[in-house]
Amino acid sequence: MTAALANNRYLPPALGIGSLIAFVALVELLIRVGLINRFIVPMPSDIIAAFPRVIVEEHVLSRFLLTAAEAFSASILVTVFGVAGGVMLYRYQLLRRATETWVAAIAAAPLVLMYPLYLVIFGRSALTIVMMGFTAGLAPVILKTLEGLSATRRVLINVGRSFNLTPSQQFWKILFPAALPTIFVGLRLGLIFALINIVGVEFLINFGGLGQLINELAERYDLAGTYAAICFVILVSICVFILTERLERWLRPVD
Amino acid sequence: MAQTGGLTLPTAKPWGLPLRPVTALRIAIIVAVVVLWEALSASGWLYRDVVPSLLAIGRALYATLSDPTFYFHLGTTAYEIGIALLIGGLSGLAVGLLLGGSKFMSRAYEAYLYYLGPCPKIIFFPLMIMWFGVGPGSKVAMGAISCFFPVALNVAGGMREIDKVLIRVGKSFRANTWQMVCKIYLPAMRHPVINGVRLGLGVALIGTLLAETKLSNRGIGFLVIQAYSIFNMPQMYALLIILFVIAIGANTLIGRFGGLDEIKQS
Repeated sequence: MTAALANNRYLPPALGIGSLIAFVALVELLIRVGLINRFIVPMPSDIIAAFPRVIVEEHVLSRFLLTAAEAFSASILVTVFGVAGGVMLYRYQLLRRATETWVAAIAAAPLVLMYPLYLVIFGRSALTIVMMGFTAGLAPVILKTLEGLSATRRVLINVGRSFNLTPSQQFWKILFPAALPTIFVGLRLGLIFALINIVGVEFLINFGGLGQLINELAERYDLAGTYAAICFVILVSICVFILTERLERWLRPVD
Repeated sequence: MAQTGGLTLPTAKPWGLPLRPVTALRIAIIVAVVVLWEALSASGWLYRDVVPSLLAIGRALYATLSDPTFYFHLGTTAYEIGIALLIGGLSGLAVGLLLGGSKFMSRAYEAYLYYLGPCPKIIFFPLMIMWFGVGPGSKVAMGAISCFFPVALNVAGGMREIDKVLIRVGKSFRANTWQMVCKIYLPAMRHPVINGVRLGLGVALIGTLLAETKLSNRGIGFLVIQAYSIFNMPQMYALLIILFVIAIGANTLIGRFGGLDEIKQS
């Protein structure tokens, strides 16, 4: 019985959406009866009503494009330097043995805390934000590229050898295609890290696109607007995650 | 063969022999970075003090570590992160067990966690200030929100990976829910749980410290942003070095004591 319920195609997602709507309705009710202070949590209906205002008056489209451009620049940098770094570490095994743990340590370090330093070096500009995104996304791409190249099956490499491929042919025909799925996992991680840090730093330094929008509305004490902007940013990030996930699945070769 | 020997017996090198190539390369890289840094610092290409000399950073590091007020701020931050980890970790554990234990619940709710997980959490900070005030409360909340998602997702994923035989053994002993959680589920999935805590600690640290840099009057995040606003670059570098050492150290420690190295090798 429970298995049938769990395997039902529509019931579990419907419960998920239903509970979300019920939660929102409950909050609305509690605010209307005065159990939750409406100066701390605005009514969900006000938040929904604030959406068109925020979108039209706060130039959400141009802000979104600005954040997207920053994320795009950061991901180009991450891709170029990350993949090149991974290939270099694979090519020079000595360098790899010397520095792989360092790269892993950097990947675990709270790099975003360096943003005041970047502010001093690059100024309060889009460059700081792009460089912060780049710094955050670099290490995972290097590590995943390296992992993908190292995991190339021995037999594939031997096939290349038996065809007497030159090192560059061996790389482009055998190693790189074999590592591509893992590299894409790394790129997706890198892009997500870059995006999180870009929006976060925009909020923190009050500059740029969507992150700044939230900060500005909060400083104006436009509560419904702040909540609406936060919902908007979450929706945008969810769309990006779903998109990259689809892309990754589409690019992955059929096993 | 020689490589395997080098990996399994790293201490086999007797004194007096030349350095292993890896160690030599590491030292060479460090020396190159130090020389490059000092050259950049002395060249005057960048604004003064943006790249302070290593001596100045060393002095700032010593001054910071010997200053009692630093330990007050460190204590505040550690307290905030500790409480955040406790709240976020325990609620993450509970939600993870619930989602991992029931396919129905997982299909109903897990997608929300999965997609909310990678969102930039710092944007919730204005709300946390409204709800919990400008004091440590809002920083704890930021840390707890950040830490909740990786713990919940890792626990849910780990629970689904448990060997079905173990669960059947527990059921055939007629263990109740509490016994199942304590004797079967948690021991069987200690690796994903510890990995979740490790990731959770990392993001709780970031959440708490970023919140401190935005609006606070105590904590390490506050010290960093204060060093920025009075343009005390050596101190900022010193604080960042201390933070990175603490964060990377904690990460390695949890990984080592949690036995994460063992699974990587097996």
